[in-house]
Amino acid sequence: MDSLFGDSAHRLFAQAYPADVLRAAERGQADAAWQAVEDSGFLDALLPEDAGGAGLCLADVAPLAQAAGWHGVGAPVIQTMLARAWLQAAGHAPRPGPIALAPWSARTDAGGIEARSVGAARAAQWILVAAPDTGGARLLARADARETASGGYGSLDADLCWPAAALAAATPLNVPGAALADLAATAYAGLIAGGLERILQLTVEYASQRTQFGKPIGRFQAVQQQLSVLAEHVWAVRAAAQLAFQGRGWMPQPLLAAQGKARASGAVARAADIAHAVHGAIGITAECDLQCYTRRLREWRHAAGGEQYWNLRIGSHALAARDLSALDYVRTHLYAAAE
Amino acid sequence: MIDTLELTAIPAADEALRNDIREFLASAMEGVAADQRARSWMGFDAGFSRALAARGWLGMTLPREYGGADRGHFARFVLSEELLCAGAPVSAHWIADRQSAPLILKYGTEAQRQFYLPRICRAEAFFCIGMSEPNSGSDLASIRTRAEPRDGGWLLNGSKIWTTNAHRSHYMIALVRTSGTAADRHQGLSQMIIDLTLPGVTVRPIEDLAGDAHFSEVFFDNVALDAQALIGTEGDGWQQVNAELAFERSGPERIYSSMALVECWLAHCRAAGLDDAATAATLGDILTQLATLRAMSLAVAGQLARGRSPATEAALVKDLGTELEQRIPDLIAQTLDRRPDIPATPELLRTLAYVEQVSPTYSLRGGTREILRGIIARGLGLR
Repeated sequence: MDSLFGDSAHRLFAQAYPADVLRAAERGQADAAWQAVEDSGFLDALLPEDAGGAGLCLADVAPLAQAAGWHGVGAPVIQTMLARAWLQAAGHAPRPGPIALAPWSARTDAGGIEARSVGAARAAQWILVAAPDTGGARLLARADARETASGGYGSLDADLCWPAAALAAATPLNVPGAALADLAATAYAGLIAGGLERILQLTVEYASQRTQFGKPIGRFQAVQQQLSVLAEHVWAVRAAAQLAFQGRGWMPQPLLAAQGKARASGAVARAADIAHAVHGAIGITAECDLQCYTRRLREWRHAAGGEQYWNLRIGSHALAARDLSALDYVRTHLYAAAE
Repeated sequence: MIDTLELTAIPAADEALRNDIREFLASAMEGVAADQRARSWMGFDAGFSRALAARGWLGMTLPREYGGADRGHFARFVLSEELLCAGAPVSAHWIADRQSAPLILKYGTEAQRQFYLPRICRAEAFFCIGMSEPNSGSDLASIRTRAEPRDGGWLLNGSKIWTTNAHRSHYMIALVRTSGTAADRHQGLSQMIIDLTLPGVTVRPIEDLAGDAHFSEVFFDNVALDAQALIGTEGDGWQQVNAELAFERSGPERIYSSMALVECWLAHCRAAGLDDAATAATLGDILTQLATLRAMSLAVAGQLARGRSPATEAALVKDLGTELEQRIPDLIAQTLDRRPDIPATPELLRTLAYVEQVSPTYSLRGGTREILRGIIARGLGLR
C-alpha cells in the first residue's frame, strides 16, 4: 500500500488469509493462519521496545489495519494488537492468542458477567471485557464462557456469559483515558477503510471485464457514475481512518476514534450496495470473492456501535462545548496531522 | 488510479494568520444576519474586498513583484476557511483571486501580468469567467462565441450565460472559438480577456429564485479586441480551462457553502435547549463529514503546494463536498420540524429557506455532479 510496513503486512495477510482460508476461518479452521500472524511480530508493534515490541505509534500501524481490512481478515488481528498495548499499559503480562474486544457488558443475576455481540469472539482465545462497575476491565478466557453465536451466516460474533467464579478470579485492569470502546472504534475504522478499498478494486476489475451490449459494462455512464460514488466513499473513509489513527503514542484519541468509526460505518451500506449492484447476481454467490468482503464490512459497520452511536457521542460533546463554533470544533477536536 | 490523499498539517506560520483575520472579521461582519452571511461568496461588496486588499489578503499567493504576498496554498486555505465560515461577502474579488490571477500568472505575457495582477491585488479589477453559452452547458466544447482575427486584433461575436458577476465585473476571461467549427471540439478554442466596458458588450443580469441577481447573460456584438486580449496560446484554450477548473474545484468553498446555516442552527440548539438524541446525532453526522472533507481538502492543497494538478482528486472532493452541503439544509430542517414546540428564530428560518432554495446550484457551478463523476471514472481507468 503506502509504506514498507503496509507492504509487508499485505504480504503476510495475502499468504495467511487467501479467500479459501477466509471461508475456512468462518468454520473455525484457521489456526495455521493465526500462527503466521503471531510469528510475524506485528501483534506487538505497539509495545515498547524494552517490552519486546517494535515501539511504534498508532499512526504507524494504520497501514496494518487497512491491510487486514483489504484482505477481509475476520480474526481479531488489529483488536489483539491494540489490546496488547492496552494490557501492557495496565501492567498485565502479555499472553499469546487472539484477543477480542467487548467494550460493554452487564452483570448476570448469578453474579457473573455477560457480553453481547462480541465482534470476532469465535476466532478469539481471550476476551478483554469492559466492566467499569466492577472496578475495571477483565481479560477472560473464551473457554470459560457459555457461548451463543450472535451474528448472521459466516459470522464469528458471539454472546458470551461467564460465571461469577471466572469474574472473581480475574484481576481488574484499568488504563485511564483509554476506553475499550475507543480501541474497538479505531480498529474497525481502519478495517473498514481497507475493506472498502478492496471492494472498489474488485468492482472496477469486474466492470472492466464483464461485457454486455458488446462492450465492458464499465463503459456505460450509468455504471461509471455508481463506481465514482463508491470511489468517493473509499477515499473519504480512508481519510477518516487516517484521522482515527493519529496519535504519537499507542493510545487512540477518543473523538478522532469516534469520527473514524462514524464516517466508516456510515459509508458501508452504500458502498457494499454499489459493489453488488455492479456485480449483478454473481456477486451474491458463495463462489464469488466479493461477498467474503461485503459480509465482513456489514459486520464491522455494526460492531462496537454504528454511525448513529458515534455521531451522537460527537454531537453531544459539541453541543456542550458552548464556546466553540462548528468550524472550531472540527479544527480543534476532529483534526490532527503531524507537521 | 487516484492518488492517495495524505493527512497534511497547516504550517504554523500560515495557521498564525487566523487570529488576524478573525480580528478583522469580528468588526467588519458585526451585526450581519445569518441569512446575509449564507450568501458569502455570492455576496458582492467591493468595499469589503478593498478592505481585505488593504491588509494584503488579495492575491496572497502571487509574487511580491506583482503586488502579492508570496504566500502558499495553506495561507490561502486558512484565509478562505475563515472568510467562508464567517459568511463574508467575498464575491467581488473571489474569482479573480482564486482562478483569474493564477491563470494570468501562469499563461500571461509579462505585460499582461504587470497590468492585471497588481490591479487584482488592490481590488481594482474584478473578474468573471465566460464559459457556458445558451446552447453549451456541460458540453462546453460546443461553444459558438467566436473571435476572428481582424486588423492585428480580434473581432468578437456571440454570447455567454450564467456568468457569475458579469454585471459588476471589470473583465471577463472567456473561452471562445478562434478557428474551426464546433465540430472540431477541443481544437481551435482560446481564452480572451475582455474589457466589459468596450463598445458592443451588453450585460443583462438574471434574477434568481431568491430575489438576488448574481449571474448574467452577456452579448458580444462586433466587439473589437486588441491583440493583447489573447491569454496563453491560441488554440490551447481547452487545456488552459481545465487547469483552471482544478483550482476552482479544490477550494474550501466546496465544503462550507452551508456553514452559515450550520453555525446559526448550532447557536439556536444551544440557546433553546434543542439537544435530543436525534439532533445531537445529526450534529455529529455533519461534523464528522466536515472533518473528513476538510482533511481531504487540505490534502489537495498540499498537492497544489507541491506543484501538482490534482484534477481527479479535486473532482472527488467537490462532489462529496457538495453532497454534504446539499444534505445539510435537509438534515437541519428535520431536527427543527421534529420540535414545533421549540420555535426557531426568524433569522434561522430565513437562513434555512435561503440555503434550501439555492443549494441546487452547489452541484451545478464548477461542473455538474455528472461531469465530475465522469472525471472520477476516468481516474479509475473506466474511460
